[in-house]
Amino acid sequence: MSQIILEVDNLVKRFGGLVATDHCTLEVKAGEIHALIGPNGAGKTTLLAQLSGELPSDSGRILFEGKDITALPIHKRVAAGIARSYQITTLFPKLTVLENLALSVQARTGHSFDFLGTVTDETDLLDGALQTAERIGLTDVLNHVVGTLSHGRQRQLELGMAIACKPRLLLLDEPMAGTDPEESQRMGDLLNTLREDHTIVLVEHDMDAVFRLADRISVLVSGRVISSGTADQIRNDPLVIGAYLGDEESDHSGA
Amino acid sequence: MNPTPFNASASAQTPFTQGLPGPWTAIFVAVALAIYPLVMSALDQAFYVNLGSRVLIFALAASALNLALGYGGMISLGHAAFLGIGGYVVAVLANNGVYSAWLSFPLAIGLAAATALLIGVVSLRTKGVYFIMITLAFAQVFYYLAISLPEFGGDDGLQLARRSSVPGLDLSSALSFYFFVLFTAGLAFVLLYRLVASRFGRAIVAIRENERRMAAIGYPVFRLKLAAFALSGGLCGLAGALLANASTSITPHTLTWHQSGLLIVMVILGGSGYFWGGLTGAAVYLILEETISDHTEHWNLVLGALLLFIVMAAPNGVMSLRQHLAKRVGGARGHGTAPLAATSHEGEAK
Repeated sequence: MSQIILEVDNLVKRFGGLVATDHCTLEVKAGEIHALIGPNGAGKTTLLAQLSGELPSDSGRILFEGKDITALPIHKRVAAGIARSYQITTLFPKLTVLENLALSVQARTGHSFDFLGTVTDETDLLDGALQTAERIGLTDVLNHVVGTLSHGRQRQLELGMAIACKPRLLLLDEPMAGTDPEESQRMGDLLNTLREDHTIVLVEHDMDAVFRLADRISVLVSGRVISSGTADQIRNDPLVIGAYLGDEESDHSGA
Repeated sequence: MNPTPFNASASAQTPFTQGLPGPWTAIFVAVALAIYPLVMSALDQAFYVNLGSRVLIFALAASALNLALGYGGMISLGHAAFLGIGGYVVAVLANNGVYSAWLSFPLAIGLAAATALLIGVVSLRTKGVYFIMITLAFAQVFYYLAISLPEFGGDDGLQLARRSSVPGLDLSSALSFYFFVLFTAGLAFVLLYRLVASRFGRAIVAIRENERRMAAIGYPVFRLKLAAFALSGGLCGLAGALLANASTSITPHTLTWHQSGLLIVMVILGGSGYFWGGLTGAAVYLILEETISDHTEHWNLVLGALLLFIVMAAPNGVMSLRQHLAKRVGGARGHGTAPLAATSHEGEAK
């Protein structure tokens, strides 16, 4: 099929005696939605933090588009084309939606060390922010202070902050966390529209959403990928059923 | 692409727009500060002209600290070091026969900024209380250096035979020195305004609001904070150079942690993260100190009580009062300087 955009090779992260990421190996193809599932404490969020650069890795390699990015700091990875969203909404609650998005755009367009150019021409920031707002469906609340928005809308903005960086690879940590079924549905539709422009690594607990959206799924248990494949392959993999999905899910898939 | 219509919450002040002065406020402040010494010398009150110079110098120092503390969220308890470095550069050069301000002032700024850069490289790796303690520790190093080196005059500090020389200006009179301070500090304020209103300024404020997200969307957070810290230190060095000239002396007291604390008090009193916060805080503090100490020996007690009262009445500083009042009167007014105001205006027109 298409080429590999992200390759994780024997990646390790230790916290003292605990091995959170245990020689993890993973391949993500360009253009796919690749879901990362697994029981609580499997190390999904740790792996995501290693991919984004927030946590340094103890050993192993991360290759993005063929280049070794294991040692790059976060901002260089963003510049290279990787951006993440958070499970716990991490926004600028006192700023407006527009200001939030404009910050993401500004990071990409540079000039943050432009000390003296008092910004008269904001069109580049404004255009980028508006474009993203339209994409995530927040055009009606552009000038609202983020802290006053509903949780569902903050989740949309959480995703928007990452999209505004124009990454080729999006790392999404439970975008549906804490949303009601309707919001979750809307978020799923939104993610579906993103596949044209972004490869997505999706960490998510909502199994319905995962099986609906993901092209391929990797199952992480105790910091290792125990299985990778399409939704059907994962549903019927005895190893996965034993370790994670359980009988209920296998019944479900049989129906 | 239709931005939302202008509505009540669209005009809300955000950390990007709060406290940024409009052009009329700036002009009013400049004119008032220019008229003040003329009135005072007409009334033959040279003392108040000197007080004005001191207020302006501390306003500059406090505003420099405000860039790091108020805008950048870096609570430095070591800014006395930069103030002192600026002062000692001028004094040491003067004692070696160099009085030219063209030489001593850039050197004072440069050395203070370079020191801030070095201190920042180490201390900005820490956060919260640790950052406060490390900046304090570095400042103490400079204090002990000053009192132990005979070249720096030890406990007594250094005297200047006269003020720095500026071609075409005689700074010896209170009035001319005031205008020199006003001009220098004015330039610094213009620079500070452009800093906080630039993309750099917004990045700094956003880092204060959410450092983790700023890193995640691709900002080199450490370097941005370091740049702000060094700029803040450099401007504090300029204030120090002026301070040594104001009293034609510099003592190790300038380097004490009381001095650092005093600058923090001024910033918080005036309004941390508000453009005029430093100026307001310095003016309120110094004028109160001066008037109360005229009347009683126990002025510290009275001053403390008054400061307590002010801080309780305006927890976010004096400059935040205007916003409070505006909110009460009904809806904060939008500012022309608001970033991305284009949208609001576009919306307004629709």
